[in-house]
Amino acid sequence: MSTTADSLHLQPHEAHDAHHDADHKPGFFTRWFMSTNHKDIGTLYLIFAIIAGIIGGGISGIMRWELMEPGIQVLNKAWPIGAGTANFDEWAHHWNVLITAHGLIMVFFMVMPAMIGGFGNWFVPLMIGAPDMAFPRMNNISFWLLIPAFTLLLGSTFVSGGTGLGAGTGWTVYAPLSTSGSAGPAVDMAIFSLHLAGASSILGAINFITTIFNMRAPGMTLHKMPLFVWSVLVTAFLLLLALPVLAGAITMLLTDRNFGTAFFDASGGGNVVLYQHLFWFFGHPEVYIMILPGFGMVSQIVATFSRKPVFGYLGMAYAMVAIGVIGFVVWAHHMFTTGMSVDEKMYFTAATMIIAVPTGVKIFSWIATMWGGSLTFETPMLWAIGFIFLFTVGGVTGVVLANGGVDNYMHDTYYVVAHFHYVLSLGAVFAIFGGFYYWFPKMSGRMYNEFLGKLHFFTMFIGVNVIFFPMHFLGLDGMPRRIPDYTPAFTEWNRVATIGYMITIAGVAIFFVNLIWSLVAGKKAPANPWGEGATTLEWTLSSPPPFHQYSTLPQID
Amino acid sequence: MRLIGWAIALAAAGLTPAAAGAQAPTPTQNAAVATPAATEPPAGTAQDATKPDAAQPAIVYGSVGHAIPTRGVGEPDGRKGIQMQVTPIGEEAAAFHNNWLLVLCAIISVFVLILLLVAIVRFRRGANPTPSRNSHNTVIEVVWTLVPVLILVAIAIPSIRLLRHQYTPPPADVTVKVTGHQWYWSYELPDYGVSFDSYMLKEASDPTRQANQRARTDNDGPPLLAVDNRLVIPQGKVVKFIVTADDVIHSFAMPAFWIKQDANPGQLHETWAKVDRPGVYFGQCSELCGARHGFMPIAIEVVPEGQFAQWVGQNGGHMPGAKPAAAAAPAAAAPNAAQSPATQEPATNQAATAQN
Repeated sequence: MSTTADSLHLQPHEAHDAHHDADHKPGFFTRWFMSTNHKDIGTLYLIFAIIAGIIGGGISGIMRWELMEPGIQVLNKAWPIGAGTANFDEWAHHWNVLITAHGLIMVFFMVMPAMIGGFGNWFVPLMIGAPDMAFPRMNNISFWLLIPAFTLLLGSTFVSGGTGLGAGTGWTVYAPLSTSGSAGPAVDMAIFSLHLAGASSILGAINFITTIFNMRAPGMTLHKMPLFVWSVLVTAFLLLLALPVLAGAITMLLTDRNFGTAFFDASGGGNVVLYQHLFWFFGHPEVYIMILPGFGMVSQIVATFSRKPVFGYLGMAYAMVAIGVIGFVVWAHHMFTTGMSVDEKMYFTAATMIIAVPTGVKIFSWIATMWGGSLTFETPMLWAIGFIFLFTVGGVTGVVLANGGVDNYMHDTYYVVAHFHYVLSLGAVFAIFGGFYYWFPKMSGRMYNEFLGKLHFFTMFIGVNVIFFPMHFLGLDGMPRRIPDYTPAFTEWNRVATIGYMITIAGVAIFFVNLIWSLVAGKKAPANPWGEGATTLEWTLSSPPPFHQYSTLPQID
Repeated sequence: MRLIGWAIALAAAGLTPAAAGAQAPTPTQNAAVATPAATEPPAGTAQDATKPDAAQPAIVYGSVGHAIPTRGVGEPDGRKGIQMQVTPIGEEAAAFHNNWLLVLCAIISVFVLILLLVAIVRFRRGANPTPSRNSHNTVIEVVWTLVPVLILVAIAIPSIRLLRHQYTPPPADVTVKVTGHQWYWSYELPDYGVSFDSYMLKEASDPTRQANQRARTDNDGPPLLAVDNRLVIPQGKVVKFIVTADDVIHSFAMPAFWIKQDANPGQLHETWAKVDRPGVYFGQCSELCGARHGFMPIAIEVVPEGQFAQWVGQNGGHMPGAKPAAAAAPAAAAPNAAQSPATQEPATNQAATAQN
């Protein structure tokens, strides 16, 4: 209850359920390949996100290696893509393929599956007292659509994308680079990949909205729902409204590419900037889709380890709603340099700044939750506190970039790269790790190793800051994004960033050691390992929960 | 990574031959590097056709168009802040950033950090074993909603003022049409009859540099930023840049002037600068435009008016009328400059698409 307005009185009726239901699991193939169980599908999503994260993180390693020194020293090696070419343009093209793949993988195949598909699937039904998701079979297809989507994206790097193999358009797929500028099937494959991933997310969003509106246990009113459930609800609405716009925009790209339409081709009466409006109408809500579930998880974690209900519950819930609503009317701040009119720029400057207000409410409410609490610093709490600080740093640079007149200078420089990695790589990813440690005992039935968990946190906290803080300096000094080589003046901070990557990768290695060690030899986890602060419904169930939970619905007063 | 490895193996077996068929059967890297000139695809040859540098007279550094850049001015130098600004808009914006936005960023970040540290120390379990149950305080919630609003208003006022200044340029003295191409810039001064292309200068050691391409020296500028033909503009004059592209989107950026304008095919957008300090200034394309996006820099040399007239003459142009760069003539000519390319644009664009 830490994150609900009032105390709930829970009946400890689940203990005996575990005994009969836990044994009725289907066989391996049926269980994992034809799954309709929200917990199993959540696990599949988490495994998928981890694999995608390894690939996406590995790609950033190639990028940091290349950028460690001026000159081309890595792209000309026999990499998967572009093995054995001697053509400079192909090397440079492969750089664009790497940045494109890194962006798309991290957004669509790592953060979103982990947060919404993984933790959302696992814990939304548990937290609202529901036996499963509303549409279990749709839940299954949501997950399995991701497999062909990811396969298409990875496969696109082996077919021609114009100057070289793979789609080198950036994750934004701007026309006309993605239409007349990229011959060959790679970009078509990447677009299909986005279609499938988008369809997967839309189905998931429908499922979450239906589940949250219809399957709450008796007495679980909307204003008693844990904040993580609120965050997934808002996220699901964002997905439902934003993704169809992306689907439309990239379908127009497809027809421009293949069927002679000219939506984004000036020579046929089209407009290249139209694509950017459509993309960012999706793209800006998308960044909130990636961070809102993180807000929810941090709220749960901070309340649990402060042993105190969350401060200003209603303010926290409606701040997320406000962020979701305002998130739909600020998109063109990504387009300040496209040649907008001064009125447009003034509007989007002002509207963007307004988002800082509900975000500030959340930051201060988390601190107020800690204030007066009885804090302990288990690994999840460290990630949550790290999140609060680093998200603040990423937030204030966001306010700088919101100024249309100032953004002229920073737009498309490393300053922007630093900004969005502070909110995503240090924000969303910290929230994911926090949530993973927080719920790992519940999901696996085993405790993780606390020492390794803390070591992971501190290593990675140092590592990511060493990567991304110097990028502010590079951006202010004028280094553009998306370039494989740079003038020697940028060498120093690029080298520092690459060293930061090495530290980070050591942290990630500790995570995997901890993960494997804990799964094999971790202590058995009790139903509630976190004590009196952990008051949401999932902690009333055994760890791991029974295969089917809540055969008698819990009653919330 | 291992997964990628498997994927590669699969693809190497099945997918790549079709795409890679045109390439040589992958000899060792370094040996192959030396010979790309012969097999270089059309992009390289297009550049050769327009650039018979070897035939041109030797460069006299220090002459107009070849001024020697000052270290750390108009180019990145590894500093931890904004480059030196040389336009009134740039000075206003940099002051707004450095003296106001950056300060607020620091204050807010440090404030949050201090609150967190105080909470961590004061309310750790050892110091505070019994948690309070407080979860509401209307006054403080209103305060932390309204104070940020006030801070944002205090940011918005100078921010909107800056925008207004950027969008109310004085009448233009010189108009330059800037066109982005894959992967070079071309500049046209319609009132002076000057137009030319501007390519990045490659290093002497660069194996992709062809025999007739001049190699970069430090007098041209830093690596990857120096160009063969700089745009030269007069000091203290209002220069209007009309920016477009003929293939994909590029972005015309000059950090020291605080300008960045996307070059959109089929559209004309304008930005402007009034530079009071003579010197050489460097920028880079700032919108992903394909393979050599990182290799199409922008270099602008700002010179006194007399030298500008000399540069125009050297480049086959002429100063309008008898008066050097008088205000009246260009101002009248500017609308034409803006309109005539607009009507031609679709045609050029179509040609480019057809070639692709």
